[in-house]
Amino acid sequence: MDAIDSSLVDWSRAQFALTAMYHWIFVPLTLGLGVIMAIMETLYVRTGREFWKQTAKFWMKLFGINFAMGVATGIILEFEFGTNWSNYSWFVGDIFGAPLAIEGIVAFFMESTFIAIMYFGWNKVGKGAHLASTWLTIIGATLSAWWILVANAWMQYPVGMEFNPDTVRNEMVDFAAVALSPVAVVKFCHTVTSSWVLGAMFVVGVSCWYLLRGRHTDFAKASIRVACWFGLVAALLTAHTGHQSGRDIALHQPMKLAAAEGLYEGGTSQGLVLGGVLTPGVDWAAPTEQNRFLFQVEMPCALSFLATHELDGYVPGIRNLLEGGYPLLAGGVVLSAGEKMQRGRTAIAALATYRTSRDAAEKQVALKTLRANFDCFGYGYLKSPAELVPNVPLTFYSFRIMVMLGGYFIALFAGLLLLGKYIMRWKWALLLIVLTTPLAWLASQAGWVVAEVGRQPWAIQGLLPNVAAISRLDVGSVQTTFFIFLGLFTLLLVAEVSIMACAIATGPETDNTAA
Amino acid sequence: MLFGRIVKFYMDGFRRMTLGRTLWCIILLKLFIMFAVLKAFFFPAYLQGNEQEKSQTVSEELTNRLISE
Ligand code: HEM
Repeated sequence: MDAIDSSLVDWSRAQFALTAMYHWIFVPLTLGLGVIMAIMETLYVRTGREFWKQTAKFWMKLFGINFAMGVATGIILEFEFGTNWSNYSWFVGDIFGAPLAIEGIVAFFMESTFIAIMYFGWNKVGKGAHLASTWLTIIGATLSAWWILVANAWMQYPVGMEFNPDTVRNEMVDFAAVALSPVAVVKFCHTVTSSWVLGAMFVVGVSCWYLLRGRHTDFAKASIRVACWFGLVAALLTAHTGHQSGRDIALHQPMKLAAAEGLYEGGTSQGLVLGGVLTPGVDWAAPTEQNRFLFQVEMPCALSFLATHELDGYVPGIRNLLEGGYPLLAGGVVLSAGEKMQRGRTAIAALATYRTSRDAAEKQVALKTLRANFDCFGYGYLKSPAELVPNVPLTFYSFRIMVMLGGYFIALFAGLLLLGKYIMRWKWALLLIVLTTPLAWLASQAGWVVAEVGRQPWAIQGLLPNVAAISRLDVGSVQTTFFIFLGLFTLLLVAEVSIMACAIATGPETDNTAA
Repeated sequence: MLFGRIVKFYMDGFRRMTLGRTLWCIILLKLFIMFAVLKAFFFPAYLQGNEQEKSQTVSEELTNRLISE
């Protein structure tokens, strides 16, 4: 059998990344804007003011445009699983299938019922029933995200399953362990709260544009007030859940943490890099005389504290992770990459023997060997330990972009709440806010880059690297579909942005009186 | 009766749509492109056959990829 062409791995990844990133333009806006429009409608029901009804209706209209454009963009990801990632799809078995099926069914029923009442039911159902439908629409969408993130979290931290060598699939043995895995819970909280930030930025950005044009000013000021309160709470929660995510990766994906921090040589009392520039062209998988940073600003001991909750805790760097030999908190000593690769090869060879042998005793021995080494199964596909090191500059800078923008959003929302009276009169400040609105998408996409690039080479952490997960396709056909998608997605994005821009230009139907 | 009212609710809603009409056209066009064009011509299911044949194919892929490298 021919070896897998590395460009096939790259193109399959590029295609998946393109589709996922395009899908992720719409999802966080749905999750964030959905809550804001529900808050606006709640204000309408509580105060009885027509102004809030029109305000809620306007944001609902933009929600609808975004929702319609986002619908089905995720389906392509599922096509790609079956075609480009067939080994992976088979290997994960029902662990991936079950959450995705639940997501599909729940999303279809909740959304098709409650969205219809939300848009068609204004004069047909009572105020309370309408408000409940609006909240249930967004709760339904958020629950959908839960199941998708459960599936993603399992790939980062596989739990609750047992590998069945007869079917060559992982079978779920503990649904609760999969659905409530600590990684899934934290991932869900960080993803949802950061999407709220994005929704709040969108509302603030659009409202500032109205202020800049001197149109719908009362509507804009009221929207900014609601969005800033919501955005500030969300941004603080995002920082908190982000901290929890950092702890999670320290525990379960230390190589991702090392890459995000540019930490080659680990140790105790490690500082957190607040900002810095990496030396271009450095090989992150091998020792070097060169300084790995052109400059860096560090907060002493903060990384140790983040990872271990102790100021002098030990944090392994890339080198330590490859060489192993350091003690684990839970006891025992970490294996080197070479040892893990050896165990992985033993596991794969045992699977081959188990599947081909006709001798019952030999099969039993093979099964035992496979089970004993299964946690390192994926390492067996690696040719050298260097493959375990992800793209350090991409992970490092994406992490910094996300966190710095998190700080900017907190400052912006707090600033607008405290000094809004002045800021809203400064044209340059309004223009700056409008222009920086897309940074919310940049932060969100950067977050996914950290999460996904930082865990390379794995499709499933420790169990299946990309090189084993992909289908043996012709590179040319993957390249063709990549460019077809690029064209199609660009076209759809242009359509969405122009429909959205038209709706924003038309504006809300408020009579411009907030009182 | 309830069923009739639900159908009328949806029918009325769809009839009164303005911007929604454009959005539905885009959704339907998008679904058509995805299922009738992309899925049909560019995304065939890679694994063929019954469950046993599929597991055999994956098993061979997973055990031989090691050997060929
Ligand atoms: C303020 C400080 C922040 C910290 C400390 C932080 C930390 C993190 C960490 C460690 C990850 C990787 C998690 C993993 O791989 O499992 C992550 C992922 C992510 N972050 Fe942040 N983040 C912050 C702010 C933000 C902001 C402002 C946004 C967007 C508006 C954002 C959006 C995301 C997204 C979408 C992901 C990918 C999903 C996930 O893995 O949770 N983050 N963040």
